[in-house]
Amino acid sequence: MTPFEQSDPLLSVRALEKQFEGKGGMFGKKRAVRAVDDISFDVGRGETVGLVGESGCGKTTVGRLVLHLLEPSGGEVRFNGQNLQTLDAGVLRSMRQHMQIIFQDPLGALNPRMSVGELIMEPLVIHGVGDAVARQKRLSQLLGQVGLATYHAARFPHEFSGGQRQRICIARALALNPSFIVCDEAASALDVSIQAQILNLLQDLKHELGLTYLFISHDLGVIRHISDRVAVMYLGKIVEIGTKHEIFDTPQHPYTVALLRSAPSRNRGKTRYAAIKGDLPNPANPPSGCRFHTRCPIAQPICKQQEPPLAETAAGQRAACHFPGTLAP
Amino acid sequence: MSIAATFSSPAPASDFSGEPLLEVQNLRVSFGKLQVVDGISFTLRQGEVLGIVGESGSGKSVSALALLRLLPPNAQVTADRLMLGGEDLLSAKESRYESLRGSQIAMIFQEPMTALNPVLSVGHQIVETIRRHNKVGRREARDRAVAALRRVGIPAAEQRFNEYPHQMSGGMRQRVMIAMALACGPRVLIADEPTTALDVTIQAQILELLQDLQDEYQMGTIMITHDLGVVSSFADRVLVMYAGQVVEDAPAAELFARPGHPYTEGLLASIPSSLQDVERLYAIPGSVPPPFDLPSGCRFEPRCTYSRPPCRAARPWLMPFQPHHEAACIRNHGYHFPASEEVAP
Ligand SMILES: Nc1ncnc2c1ncn2[C@@H]1O[C@H](COP(=O)(O)OP(=O)(O)OP(=O)(O)O)[C@@H](O)[C@H]1O
Ligand SMILES: [Mg+2]
Repeated sequence: MTPFEQSDPLLSVRALEKQFEGKGGMFGKKRAVRAVDDISFDVGRGETVGLVGESGCGKTTVGRLVLHLLEPSGGEVRFNGQNLQTLDAGVLRSMRQHMQIIFQDPLGALNPRMSVGELIMEPLVIHGVGDAVARQKRLSQLLGQVGLATYHAARFPHEFSGGQRQRICIARALALNPSFIVCDEAASALDVSIQAQILNLLQDLKHELGLTYLFISHDLGVIRHISDRVAVMYLGKIVEIGTKHEIFDTPQHPYTVALLRSAPSRNRGKTRYAAIKGDLPNPANPPSGCRFHTRCPIAQPICKQQEPPLAETAAGQRAACHFPGTLAP
Repeated sequence: MSIAATFSSPAPASDFSGEPLLEVQNLRVSFGKLQVVDGISFTLRQGEVLGIVGESGSGKSVSALALLRLLPPNAQVTADRLMLGGEDLLSAKESRYESLRGSQIAMIFQEPMTALNPVLSVGHQIVETIRRHNKVGRREARDRAVAALRRVGIPAAEQRFNEYPHQMSGGMRQRVMIAMALACGPRVLIADEPTTALDVTIQAQILELLQDLQDEYQMGTIMITHDLGVVSSFADRVLVMYAGQVVEDAPAAELFARPGHPYTEGLLASIPSSLQDVERLYAIPGSVPPPFDLPSGCRFEPRCTYSRPPCRAARPWLMPFQPHHEAACIRNHGYHFPASEEVAP
């Protein structure tokens, strides 16, 4: 079994691709942005896969593609063995009950004119699940599961703090008993003390309800804490994928090493930063060959010409680098 | 008089033994009835980096803006003492403040677009800043501005001189703001979340640049952030703010090794690390109280695992914990308040 193939995975992504129409250029020419370019990975049942990378690397697009909230330009997404692309609308709709998403900005995700109770029950109403009595029962159960009180149901989103609003979003996501949740920067906008509450809640729910997560974050500490396996993205590609310990203890791709070195850590004391040079390239115009070569401290001529495949390394994980493991963490 | 002045030995905690650059005693800020900064005090010396950490709304930015007199008119600011290199800022006229800002004390912000003028080229803006504070001709100002852009790591500085802020990446804009802030050689630099909006690798570049500039120019720097990792790698001394108050004041290494306030201890345990695994994060229960609903005793007491009835009786002020290390917590003193003159603000 290779690091990205799991036996009987819940989610299986192969050669996934998404292009967006670019903005009109100087002469009205449109340049397509390959936001996601040939991405493959599996998420096993009960597993948490972390997706980490900097802005514009395509993390959020991957999250939306796997839920089929966006139409892929190529490749396939299988959920529970079924290809989402070939399902008819009705089947896809009922399949959606099992797949949910939680966003970074809870306020943007909640209709301000609906009470918390209405918001949490809305998915049940839309999918015609249960009668009024059953829904009411489910509502109090959900409120309890996310650490809110029954009397909160009558209130409105603006009356809550950021952390509580995220709890409301989580309750809403759980309403239909999903097996898979995409968490897109779900704790990133919160203060650290509240972030810890939400991360603990997500972990507890995972164990209680047997959930599977695709966890998207730019925060390496959060990714290490929550994930079983980790995929590192750079400019639309997965550059390295492996178990959490492979990625954090023996990173093979120089970009992963650069990310780990860049993360400020309270464990190291007063230290000097030694950042990699250069800005993030424009995703509409990615560098030739290995996309990281313009910033890579160990780049060789071949890196500019040939794109390295995501291949198994001596350390076990897969890395897309001509010289994996050369840059020490 | 603050207990800091009463108790801490005359020698400063770090080896920054020079004259104080900036002295702040009992700074308070309120908006109408809401007191949002409640009596903060510190001394900043040349070459020293003072970190101020705290969660959203704890009063970090308001404190910094108050020092620069940049708050809106509905803010009431008071202090017992506010000195910049021996000059009394409390009695300084607005015109004097205008010339101090930029030349003696400069600030950089989280979002450079709030500080940069979108319709002027970045070079022009730096030239203006230089000419506002120095009697120099256009040519000379221009040369200095290009040199400043080069110094902050802007490639092809001569060409980028004519670019507008929106033509630059977030990291490059932040470099421009740093160049502008340092163009007139201020003695004090206040950086308010300068890297929070940036990607991890770009954040590391900006922090590296700030470290280089700090070494070279030996400013007194105040680094405001919610990120304890940034503080740990950057600061010599740290103030931890909670609900408008400083709850801990310690040398950086001390703070991380021996936190003296339960809030600091809780914060440290609640951050997942990229270097090691923890089974479960500690989560401080509850949330920060809003400024209109503050507990009358210790403001952290409702969330504190070590709380006891005396904690609710009165509000603790900073008290000695270790040498050069103070915490606003009576637990370190057997749940007794020290004699009253020692705890009065
Ligand atoms: N112009 C204003 N009028 C009224 N209240 C204000 C004003 N500016 C700030 N406040 C209040 O002052 C308190 C402290 O805010 P401040 O911006 O200093 O927090 P902070 O520690 O910088 O937070 P963050 O980490 O979010 O930047 C908050 O309760 C805020 O709502
Ligand atoms: Mg602020």
